[in-house]
Amino acid sequence: MFRKALVLAGVGALALAATGCSSSKSASSGQADSGPVTLTYGIWDAKQKPAMQAIADAFHTAHPNITINIQLTPNADYWTKLQTAAASGTAPDVFWMNTPRVGLYAGQHQLLSLSDKPGFDNSPFPKALNDSYTLDGKQYGMPKDFDTVGLWFNKKLFDAAGVKYPTASWTWQDVISAAQKLNDPSKGVWGIASPDWTQENLFNTMLQAGGQAITPDHKKSGFDDPKSLAGLQYALDFITKYHVSPTAQQMTDTQPDQLFASGKVAMFADGDYDMPEYKAAAGLDADVAPLPAGPDGKKATVINGLANVIYAKTKHPQAAWEFVQYLGSKEANEIQAKTGTVIPAYNGLSATWVASTPQYHLQSFIDQLDVAVPYPVSKNTAAWTTPMQTTLDQIWGGQLDLTTGAKQIAAQMNAELAKE
Amino acid sequence: MSATESSPVAAGRAAPGPRPGPERGPGSPGTRPVAGRRPRFSKAHMKEWAWGYAMIAPLFVGLFLFYLWPIVQSAYFSFTSWGAFGGQQWVGFQNYSSFLSDPQLPRAAWNTVKYALIILAGIPVSIVFAALMNQVSGKYASLYRVLYFLPVVSMPAAVAMVWRWLYNGDYGLINYLLSLIGIHGPHWVSDDRYTIWAMGLVGIWSSLGYNMIIFAAGLKNIPRQYYEASSLDGAGRVRQFFSITLPLLSPSIFFVSVLSVIGGLQMFDMVLMMLGKTNPALAGSKTIAYLFYEDAFVTGNQGLAAAIAVVLTLVLLALTAIQFRLQKRWVHYA
Repeated sequence: MFRKALVLAGVGALALAATGCSSSKSASSGQADSGPVTLTYGIWDAKQKPAMQAIADAFHTAHPNITINIQLTPNADYWTKLQTAAASGTAPDVFWMNTPRVGLYAGQHQLLSLSDKPGFDNSPFPKALNDSYTLDGKQYGMPKDFDTVGLWFNKKLFDAAGVKYPTASWTWQDVISAAQKLNDPSKGVWGIASPDWTQENLFNTMLQAGGQAITPDHKKSGFDDPKSLAGLQYALDFITKYHVSPTAQQMTDTQPDQLFASGKVAMFADGDYDMPEYKAAAGLDADVAPLPAGPDGKKATVINGLANVIYAKTKHPQAAWEFVQYLGSKEANEIQAKTGTVIPAYNGLSATWVASTPQYHLQSFIDQLDVAVPYPVSKNTAAWTTPMQTTLDQIWGGQLDLTTGAKQIAAQMNAELAKE
Repeated sequence: MSATESSPVAAGRAAPGPRPGPERGPGSPGTRPVAGRRPRFSKAHMKEWAWGYAMIAPLFVGLFLFYLWPIVQSAYFSFTSWGAFGGQQWVGFQNYSSFLSDPQLPRAAWNTVKYALIILAGIPVSIVFAALMNQVSGKYASLYRVLYFLPVVSMPAAVAMVWRWLYNGDYGLINYLLSLIGIHGPHWVSDDRYTIWAMGLVGIWSSLGYNMIIFAAGLKNIPRQYYEASSLDGAGRVRQFFSITLPLLSPSIFFVSVLSVIGGLQMFDMVLMMLGKTNPALAGSKTIAYLFYEDAFVTGNQGLAAAIAVVLTLVLLALTAIQFRLQKRWVHYA
């Protein structure tokens, strides 16, 4: 008798395990938005969860029949999990999206177009950010936050070398001559760190030179444009011509942001998102200025940011739209601004964020909105960024010369773009 | 003279406890039921079998669902092309031909083989350490055993991070120690002339403890009397090592080398964790398994990734089969 019970229990457990994976559908009744509804909201940043929870609670107070269930997945697994869930029709109703991936999700009809929704208004957000989430004339994401890049500098090293701090009127030439004065190999101090990072460095220098990583219609690579090449050359020259930046090998062994935080590097172009790292670095007296202007006086930074999107196969499109509309409201953005981890996308709310860290001129990041260019994307961004980064790594590592390498990137990119 | 010498050996043969004897199939004569007699299909027997299968069912169902079925599926997927959000399309051998014509393949294959050879070259090191450990007794013996086994139970990600620091070209401990003797150390993990060696060293280090356990068990099974007898015959320590220890340890060596070849050819984690994605040395340091990872999880080309997995599995099967054939020449089962 006991034996039989044991086996039955075992078989039961096994059956449960086998069916467990398929039975975890959303707990909705399938009815269209009449009764109480629970929406799943997929996010990846634990630091921002309190703010998201506060927004969800505020929304629930205003819409008592809609409950928001926040699903946090760490960034490392977020996209793999989301893609699998979307393939099986079980992705969250509303979730975070970033610019390199929106083309893939929107292009493969996984997202609802917000432009079709009644009352959609994208005017409170930076234009570059709206453009990033627009595909074939339709916008798919409600901008959530944004980031730009600034020129971080070490005040102590500038004072010691008697060099004036960078300002908004600096050009490439100012950066080069300052880097040469600040560079001091005997003390292990570098004038600048110029890695082959794209968002922080190369995409911006290409734009400042008058070039671009991708054409505005997302159809062709800009890497074979001589002006883009000039932007890449400027960044590479710090290592190969002026010898004022650590080499690619050195910046692989010790990341450039770590070098800057530990006072080994005097200047470093980096996004606002690394501010907490510098703020926490012991003995670092730093500040930040806008990026310098290129040879023709052109100023530029890429702007990147997250957006909230609606899953195309959601069972509650109306409730999801009401929630996303609320996420894009001034009220929700104010909650984000107060908790302070990111710059809210809503125009005019950045002052709270700037005031949060008065020791840095964080306004430098906001001021550059006028010259901000959308982060380069296409319908399948990952398909060309992977070989692009590999080739850039080889150029920076000295295994490939810049002109050949840039041509190679353009060819690979155009081949991938042609498939879209 | 010779009779007195051989007697302890003969006694020694019988004395030690269970030890891997010659393989004998389960159906040796005598245990088989006599044909034609009813009990073979009797109700009692059937019931017993049913119970037996019911008992092993949980394991086998699990094995089938989570190991065998995915293998079958992977083989099928290797002939398909995937959309980003599901939907497969039959493409025949296209994935295989694009894998075999991938310009990255020769370098990746060579890196993989080189890494596996380095790991194999680490086996003698484990043998020496195991032999030395065998000599140690007393209260520190277990402390040393724990120390050598620690890398095996450490998290690979944590291990990779620590070694990344040790290997740091400018501020790493290894290059600092080298500088003390006047050597300017290279950028171990960001220069592709050194990366495979650097990873191989960590591979040897992290498998040392596990291999030592296997070898220590093998050494414990070699009767002391062999050594006593041979020393009476005038054999020195070196001669004893090559004429007694090595041959009698060969089953363990065979086992470890089969596992090392499989593990070495599947190496992937260190490329991702120790080198990282933006590294000038990455292009020259990719392994076959890393190519698989890139296609499966970075560029979303699951069909191609499945084809790589199938090819790698077939190569591993072939190499293991060859090793099993060759073992007849050098492995001595006592």
